Amino acid sequence: MQRIYVDNAATTAISPEVLEAMMPFMQEVYGNPSSIHSFGQEASAALEKARLEIAEILGAKSKEIYFTSGGSESDNWAINAALSIGAKRGKKHIVSSKIEHHAVLHVLKRLEKEGYEVTYLDVNGNGIVKLEDLKSAIREDTALVTIMYANNEIGSIQPITEIGALCREKGVLFHTDAVQAVGNLPVNVVEDNIDFLSLSAHKFHGPKGVGVLYCRTGLALRGLIIGGAQERGRRAGTENVAAIVGMSAALKQAKDNMQANNIALKKMQAKLIDELLKIPRSRLNGDPIKRLPGNISFCFEGIEGEALLLSLDMVGIAASSGSACTSGSLDPSHVLLAIGLPHEIAHGSLRLSLSNFNTMEEMEYIIENLKIIVKRLRDMSPVWEKLEKEANTNGLQ
Amino acid sequence: MAYSKKVMDHFANPRNVGKMDNADGVGEVGNAKCGDIMKVYLKVDDDIITDVKFNTFGCASAIATSSIATEMIKGKNLQEALSLSNKAVVDALDGLPPSKVHCSVLAEEAVKAAISDYYIRNNIAHDSELFKCTGCCNSCDNL
Repeated sequence: MQRIYVDNAATTAISPEVLEAMMPFMQEVYGNPSSIHSFGQEASAALEKARLEIAEILGAKSKEIYFTSGGSESDNWAINAALSIGAKRGKKHIVSSKIEHHAVLHVLKRLEKEGYEVTYLDVNGNGIVKLEDLKSAIREDTALVTIMYANNEIGSIQPITEIGALCREKGVLFHTDAVQAVGNLPVNVVEDNIDFLSLSAHKFHGPKGVGVLYCRTGLALRGLIIGGAQERGRRAGTENVAAIVGMSAALKQAKDNMQANNIALKKMQAKLIDELLKIPRSRLNGDPIKRLPGNISFCFEGIEGEALLLSLDMVGIAASSGSACTSGSLDPSHVLLAIGLPHEIAHGSLRLSLSNFNTMEEMEYIIENLKIIVKRLRDMSPVWEKLEKEANTNGLQ
Repeated sequence: MAYSKKVMDHFANPRNVGKMDNADGVGEVGNAKCGDIMKVYLKVDDDIITDVKFNTFGCASAIATSSIATEMIKGKNLQEALSLSNKAVVDALDGLPPSKVHCSVLAEEAVKAAISDYYIRNNIAHDSELFKCTGCCNSCDNL
């Protein structure tokens, strides 16, 4: 059976070139970068080369790049570090959005319990934060604005340049979770006035368990792990050199191929969107234009997302859903609810996320099978039966 | 979260799926907001369930529990069908993940709702206590 992976927003395959770049650091260059002998210094040189390459791609300086275990760690660290800067001036307020990743939202929920106040900005029906809302939410005591670059579920891209400019003008620190954006979009921390940025290597064909926290020079970054000189004394622990080298290689590859990849991804994306919109009572979630090039998020009325995912898996297609049944809770995804979808429609959500490893032939296979599966599940759905009855009655009137 | 082979079999090849014209009893439980609705149709002949069909909106375990529940009551008399417990449904499926046990409760309740409908249509005296919603899915709180 054909196997098609369209869950690249969850994770991606390591590209062959990235793997090749990593291999020497498993068995040949295995020294501890903190050691002063040649084994260590070779590893240290590779580490600093990777740091510089990543910095240059992001428009940052080498010393502004801190290696972490990935997006969640970077998000946690950035938020707590920004608050510790704000605490010196008694700032206890944070502005964020209702569609953040849980690595941000759950940190904020905990901070609320600890006495912080958080304003969660609404988004419009396409999943985009309104600048005027942000403007009126920022207060004298706002320590941090944290808004994601692009959404992981519905792919909507936020007006980050404008948000960054506004925060800088107001003198408020700005963190962005750019986990879904980096590798897909040209991210530049200087142009966008970003103070803290989180990224994760495995979203752009790099290895898992490694990421970056960018922290602008001049900000006192509070240490996360104490006990070693690594990462300028702020994150102790021997570095995962192979993974860091892999991340750098993956980012460079993503940057070099970004234009070509974007064209190919958008072609496949347009094909899927056009064809899936032909399914009755289907809707595209997120902004039709300001969206990640590989993201396709749909809702199909009358069916439930987990049943849809498992049916797709049975024909070899790996996708994702924001339905309650896949999360283990009663509520469907907070992102789908935030864009105004009622529960019953949000339950029938499907996310297909493409990478440049996908092909147009695969899109054909997905479309063909998805149409069959949606029909099969609808044929046994009492919700669909009711929707059809209502449509017929309305048609007769 | 992994489903048993039995669950996947009943999800992939649901038994007795469909609607029924001229059913003798129809029961529908759950609500779309929570993500599960089950509808069970019965054909009753001389107190025996001679045919049964179901339609379900919901996840794989909702479809599988309805499928196996219909199999378990087909050919049984109404009293036997009424004694179908959600635990029996879970056992017959070789278990369900903890977060999915409520689906088996819905299956039990769907069968009972269909039998209750049959009793009401035929003016047969019955203990309405037997047919009360357990509130297990908490859907009422969310309405």
